[in-house]
Amino acid sequence: MTGGAGDGPLAVIGAGVMGAGITALALGHGVPVRLLDVDPDKLAAAPGDIRAHLRQAQLMGVLPPGVAPGELTTAASLEGVEGATAVIEAVTEHLKTKVELHCAIADAAAPGTLRITNTSSIPVAELAEVVPRPQDLVGVHFMNPPSLIKTIEVIRGPQTGDAALAAVRALAQRLGRRPIVVADGPGFVTSLLLHRMINAAADIVEQGRATVADVDALLEGCLGHPTGPLRTADLIGIDNLVDSLRVLHERTGDAGCSPSPLLLRKVAEGDYGRKTGRGFYEYAAR
Amino acid sequence: MPESASERLSAAGIEHRLHEFLVERTKTEWEPGQDLFASGVVSSLFAMELVVFVEKAFDVVVEREDLAMDNFRTISAMTDLVLRLRKAADA
Repeated sequence: MTGGAGDGPLAVIGAGVMGAGITALALGHGVPVRLLDVDPDKLAAAPGDIRAHLRQAQLMGVLPPGVAPGELTTAASLEGVEGATAVIEAVTEHLKTKVELHCAIADAAAPGTLRITNTSSIPVAELAEVVPRPQDLVGVHFMNPPSLIKTIEVIRGPQTGDAALAAVRALAQRLGRRPIVVADGPGFVTSLLLHRMINAAADIVEQGRATVADVDALLEGCLGHPTGPLRTADLIGIDNLVDSLRVLHERTGDAGCSPSPLLLRKVAEGDYGRKTGRGFYEYAAR
Repeated sequence: MPESASERLSAAGIEHRLHEFLVERTKTEWEPGQDLFASGVVSSLFAMELVVFVEKAFDVVVEREDLAMDNFRTISAMTDLVLRLRKAADA
């Protein structure tokens, strides 16, 4: 039986933008986190990133009142995963990387421990057909910044067990998130819709039909999108967005998911968005 | 140096720096009492940039209950916050 409803620590694997954000979400809700990454530079930068996420959450008034922050510990290997209530993988959107890591996580974690892949596009089934005990594996699509977005997309893989799904719901409640469970498939619901829209928005700019600011202003002002598609691209990370578009394009054959030349150029130039200080917009350091 | 320091700490000087920063970042003119976030010009995520700017520009630390949107909603509110934090630091 998959666990996850208890009050033990979470293990978060991957100290990049999403890993740091998910860690901050958990700490802010009083949940202790063991954050793991093989890259010493990312691990060293993580506490500062997490602090910035927590300050932002405090500023926006989204931290639960009267809750002492959870304790953060870090490690450069999977050491400590065996004691976690749930393991959340948050590495880049590359199937091979995720498969290898999930095989190692399954070996390190006790049977019945909830194992989550934070995925934006790769179907859970593609991991589940390779990794041990796929009944414990669930997809969760946290959005950036995790502390500010109260809804999470939960993806039930074809082999995900009822216990794992119940454990995800319990974890969501512990983190103050609203889970919406959808079926598996490339891009699930949110990425399949959003990433194609962002790609189309980039093409519109590339073709000189509207400026970046005007595309966002139209989507915000006319259609009620909170940040506009191109500012959202900066928030996701344009490098990650291109990875996800490739995942979608390879699996669906949809030409609308073939990354726009403008997105590819921004990645080649290192303009990934908020995390590098420049994408479609410029950002001051946090 | 004393002149620039005193300008930095006066309400008018603080307002001026904040106004300058906002105009540069948003390409929009702002009144001291105008609600930045109700304007639709900046998103609430921009608030964190304001916090970082205020801390660096005026050598203050914004934390705990001071880290609240209402303190960053208008140029006037930010000016009041900076004056209060500077006064506390000097005390």
